[in-house]
Amino acid sequence: MPNTVYFFGTCLIDLLFPRTGLAAMRLLKRAGVRVIFPQGQTCCGQPAYNAGYRDEARRVARAQLDAFPAAVPVVVPSASCAGMLKVHYPLLLADTADAARADAFAGRVVELTDFLTRVLDVRLTDLGPPIRVAVHNSCSSRRELGVADATRDLLRRLARVDLVEPERAHECCGFGGTFAIKQPEISAAMAADKTSAIAATGAAVLVSQDCGCLMNLGGTFARRGGGPVIKHVAEFIWERTSHDE
Amino acid sequence: MTSEFRLAIGAALGRERVRTNIRKAMDGLVSKRAAAFPDADERERLRDQGEAIRGESVARLPELLEELERSCTRNGIQVHWAETGEDANRLVLDILRHAGATALLKGKSMVSEEMGLNEFLKHQGIEAVETDLGELIIQLAGEAPSHIIAPAIHKDRAEVAALFREHYPDEPPAERIEEMTALARRVMRKRFRGMTAGLSGVNFAVAETGTLCLVENEGNGRLCTTLPDLHIAVMGIEKVIARLDQVPPLLTLLTRSATGQPITTYVNFISGPRRPGEQDGPRAVHLILLDNGRSRIRLDPELSATLRCIRCAACMNHCPVYTRLGGHAYGTVYPGPIGSILEPQIHGLAERGEMAEASSLCGACAEVCPVRIPIPRLLNRLRFEAVNAQADSPTLGHGSRRLAGQAGLWRLWAWTCAHPRIYRTLTRLMTALRQLQPSRIKPWTDTREAPRIANQDLHRQARAAGFTDRL
Ligand code: SF4
Repeated sequence: MPNTVYFFGTCLIDLLFPRTGLAAMRLLKRAGVRVIFPQGQTCCGQPAYNAGYRDEARRVARAQLDAFPAAVPVVVPSASCAGMLKVHYPLLLADTADAARADAFAGRVVELTDFLTRVLDVRLTDLGPPIRVAVHNSCSSRRELGVADATRDLLRRLARVDLVEPERAHECCGFGGTFAIKQPEISAAMAADKTSAIAATGAAVLVSQDCGCLMNLGGTFARRGGGPVIKHVAEFIWERTSHDE
Repeated sequence: MTSEFRLAIGAALGRERVRTNIRKAMDGLVSKRAAAFPDADERERLRDQGEAIRGESVARLPELLEELERSCTRNGIQVHWAETGEDANRLVLDILRHAGATALLKGKSMVSEEMGLNEFLKHQGIEAVETDLGELIIQLAGEAPSHIIAPAIHKDRAEVAALFREHYPDEPPAERIEEMTALARRVMRKRFRGMTAGLSGVNFAVAETGTLCLVENEGNGRLCTTLPDLHIAVMGIEKVIARLDQVPPLLTLLTRSATGQPITTYVNFISGPRRPGEQDGPRAVHLILLDNGRSRIRLDPELSATLRCIRCAACMNHCPVYTRLGGHAYGTVYPGPIGSILEPQIHGLAERGEMAEASSLCGACAEVCPVRIPIPRLLNRLRFEAVNAQADSPTLGHGSRRLAGQAGLWRLWAWTCAHPRIYRTLTRLMTALRQLQPSRIKPWTDTREAPRIANQDLHRQARAAGFTDRL
């Protein structure tokens, strides 16, 4: 078991959901891991990459390689950003002077829930009341990294959590980064269907390992009114297992 | 500015009935495919095989096509080459005129849609008679196919019944599916009689033997290719495969991925015109090989994977965008994920580049593609080519979607994110000024609330909580 890890917070969490980032780091720390948060980290570069601006994405990617120099795991509380670092950096930087560095870095990147279950095999003591929780897995967790099962695996370690799966769980929530901006109508239609499916489960809480999806679904729920409480899985677990506020 | 595509999307999303029809139909096809591949390991082995076979086709395309021409010629099939759809139309017309045909019996063919053959022939005074039930329905409705294997999938039973009532008033009303197919059969059988020319597509053409494979479920394809004296087959040049022993794995993949069938009702192997002493079959068989940009697509080592496609439609059946829009909103011959990588390459990024943006890159398509085309990766690549002003890329219209203002913003963004100090100053500023965050951020807030900027960014919170910066 590694005793030290880097934490890549992602820009979304940095600016909008820092509580999630902190909760994830605390979970790791409580499991006995020393967590390093490099202040030099910024964004994985995915927005530019998916918009076609590869030179710009490359520039940002290099800055992340600089920020995480040591040979320790890089834990990421987002499958989407982890996918960018792990799968796309080697492609983006292939045939450049940084190719070897990108490959080595990619090999160190681990998505948070995957790390907590597969690597740390954390034990969780559920302190909360019985609750019904719906899980939404991001497409990156499912199809790019193959770590979707880790969310459920993790939540099953909480004794009083009743897990439910919304209908068409495999389907995208419609976020897709720039997609939500470039094709807002389709994105909204997808989010509407997804939120209906989640609402139908009657779950009190919706968790995911990706804040992008949660921002999309949470925003849609907030507009239509009602719906579950929206939480990143790390924050949900931290709150259920700690005596903090 | 709202593009034509965006307007079509808006309209499509508003058509509840069509949306329901398509969703229902796609759900059905999705579960049929799943049931057709009960063993995941076997499925993945087959997909590996499919990828390898079709990869070989693309890699060896020029030599395989020459071999195909030799083999076909040996079998008595006359081979023609068409650079563009227009060229292919002309070839069809010449062949028909030469044979004195005034009407053409048509089996389902997406390449003929790509050519715009029906329209072209109409202007030349030649009637194209669609014999595939789905094609017949949309022809009666005056529409284009909305799906590459199920062209009328956007219509429900009641709509089809109404169409039949309107166009065949003398026929007894048909409400149930069996009645409708029976009606279609009666009407079409009448048309078959006396027709001298038939046209079909090709699923695979085998280079070593000069065999044309054609799968279908209704038997009309077989009639089109055997009953008239003249059979014209049209195919995209990429449909060639090297050997006959590559057909079984591809057929298995095609039919299971498309409709969940282990095999279609009819599998036609066409290896030439009627031979002396034979009782039936066409007296002349022509094969038209259409390029229409495919040779250019092949020049790019990554994007050439597009040409592996066997047109099974699994990608669209599983696509969350297609299932909500249907095929018509795309306004193209090929809709859905395959259309979104193929159309911008055929017609250029200036004209069709927006299709590559109509994807959340969820990867549902690549997950099911029987020949493992990495569609999201290719979409990403096309988005790059669309704004790639520099390279001498073979992709048509590369750089055409680059807007100076947008490029400038991305440069600024990259500069910020590549300089951690500046990035941190900016996030600090944003958190400090969070009260000024507008509550409406278009288009996000058209349908959602916007998230609020935190009062302190994670960089500072992590430091305050005692998380160190380095080893
Ligand atoms: S891209 Fe793949 S899934 Fe889509 S039609 Fe072609 S072969 Fe089928």
